[in-house]
Amino acid sequence: MNPKADPPVGIPEATPASVSAPPGGPGPFRRLFPSRQRGNVQDQVYGFALKGFGILLPVLFLFMVHRIGTSAWPAIQTFGWGFITSQEWNPVLRDFGALPFIFGTIVSSFLALAIAVPLAVGLAIFLTELAPRWLAGPVAFATELLAAIPSVVYGLWGIFVLVPFLRFTIQEPLSRRFGDTIPFFEGPAYGFSMMSGAVILSIMIIPFISAVTREVLVAVPREQREAALALGATRWEMTWQVALPYAAPGIMGGAILGLGRALGETMAITMVIGNRPDISASLFAPGYTMASVLANEFTEATGALYLSALMEIALLLFGITILVNIAAQFLVWRVSRRGGS
Amino acid sequence: MNTSTLGRPVDTDEKASALRRRRNRFNRIMLTLTGVCAVVVVVPLLLIFYYLMVAGAGSINLDFFTQLPAPVGEPGGGMANALLGTMFLVLLAGAIGIPIAVGAGVFLAEDGRSPLATVVRFTADVMNGIPSIVVGIFVWAWVVVWMGRFSLLAGGIALAVMLIPMVTRTTEEMVRLVPKELREGGVALGFTRWRTTLGIVLPAARSGILTGVLVALARIAGETAPLLFTAFGNPFWEWRLNEPISALPLLIYQYAISPYDEWHRLAWAAALVLIGLVLAVSLASRFLIRNPYRQR
Repeated sequence: MNPKADPPVGIPEATPASVSAPPGGPGPFRRLFPSRQRGNVQDQVYGFALKGFGILLPVLFLFMVHRIGTSAWPAIQTFGWGFITSQEWNPVLRDFGALPFIFGTIVSSFLALAIAVPLAVGLAIFLTELAPRWLAGPVAFATELLAAIPSVVYGLWGIFVLVPFLRFTIQEPLSRRFGDTIPFFEGPAYGFSMMSGAVILSIMIIPFISAVTREVLVAVPREQREAALALGATRWEMTWQVALPYAAPGIMGGAILGLGRALGETMAITMVIGNRPDISASLFAPGYTMASVLANEFTEATGALYLSALMEIALLLFGITILVNIAAQFLVWRVSRRGGS
Repeated sequence: MNTSTLGRPVDTDEKASALRRRRNRFNRIMLTLTGVCAVVVVVPLLLIFYYLMVAGAGSINLDFFTQLPAPVGEPGGGMANALLGTMFLVLLAGAIGIPIAVGAGVFLAEDGRSPLATVVRFTADVMNGIPSIVVGIFVWAWVVVWMGRFSLLAGGIALAVMLIPMVTRTTEEMVRLVPKELREGGVALGFTRWRTTLGIVLPAARSGILTGVLVALARIAGETAPLLFTAFGNPFWEWRLNEPISALPLLIYQYAISPYDEWHRLAWAAALVLIGLVLAVSLASRFLIRNPYRQR
């Protein structure tokens, strides 16, 4: 870590600003850097080394933007804005439009949020307000385990358990009953569908949302709760009318954090969503997401333009997730700052 | 909150007590619903473990840990090369990523409020949210294009890119938890800054940092997407840096989407082993966590 690591054994020289340089010490260097009176040369080297490690992160990040950006540039030039508004994805004709993937990514993620947020908030309320200690511990641990399961294992389980279940017990009856009247339930029940993708995503993001929600619920000042109870509120009224509004921005931040996860999630959703680049209103029809098309087609992409189009999708996904994450961090940061003061 | 136990109040207002009853009922219903939420969240977890045990446990035998994957149609075979590959990939990622991440984390903890630190911290948080598939594509466009081939090195770098922001932030947090007095003690003894950090602060934060590292290693061990275009997979034994290499998650993916029942069985077995590895490491870190500085 420190290139000049030959410290004197025993007591190292102490060099506060007022003490003159020790004999035989780093005199020449001291004269080279007269303004840096604090610390000695070793510490300067150490400081530079640490800064170097720190700077590596932004450098890596910019390099990332640069690599993906330059690779995507031919496609950006060829298709312009048409890339994100065109539905055509035809590698044979060299015609590339990303709309079906953008649609699939956004719809599956927001559906997942719609399922996950109520469940996660309910779970967080249960854990913070209701559950006795002996129950809260194991349940909280179980949700943490949910976050530790690798994506590909969710996908495996999705293919062989979740998809058949959804297909035969939910999609087929609904499709028979409402298929003609409600567009969301239209068409044959494939199983591998937008719905399956959204459900598996929701299971995967619940731990994140409920963790953040719990944190902000715990941060609600005790006095607020006590005041509500003293006014005669029931426990639920206290939670709903006092604690939740107080924690709302944080919960929002947690939800957006979950959204960021869902947007970028690759393996599990690729394995269950059906991978067909169509835009359909039906939840039972297969879809495709940006991450999935990258996973499926990247190694098979032939031709520079095809590759570049995929790179542009990666760039779009990159940009969207960064924006979403920044928004989430801002919200969580605001709440935690308020809770701290 | 049973109104009847209060006796009959003098100025009984039927409307008011009806309202109270309704509020209490609503209270009970909603609180029960939160319990239902908890059940709904925990059930998938139990189901996943149930199916992993039922479908996976039967296929785990000695061959699984010692044999190469069998060609399609032949029974038996194992995933020894994938296990080894995952080990190599994670070790390589750790070797590349941990020094950088710990250095950056110490920098953030020590230089806390400087503009550069703010930028670095922000970048780390943003990088934490980058989809793993994008990391894979970045490393493809960088290392794979540069080397002209898929390789263990590329896979290790991809996983390191995932690991660095995670470990940076946990290291920063853990170093910050070290009491200021310890650092001041070092300085009072006349230690230089670097000796204070390396000799006093880091050892004091050791178990916390180790925990963060273990959690991150467990997470990258289960990653598939960054390896698709970097490590790529390989049906044979491989250990060279410049050759494609197999990994457990890659094999699970490949086998799960294959049409062969035999491969499906092996995918379940591999998933069980992978989960076992990941959870073992996570649990180990959980015990390490119980140290006096850990409190948020």
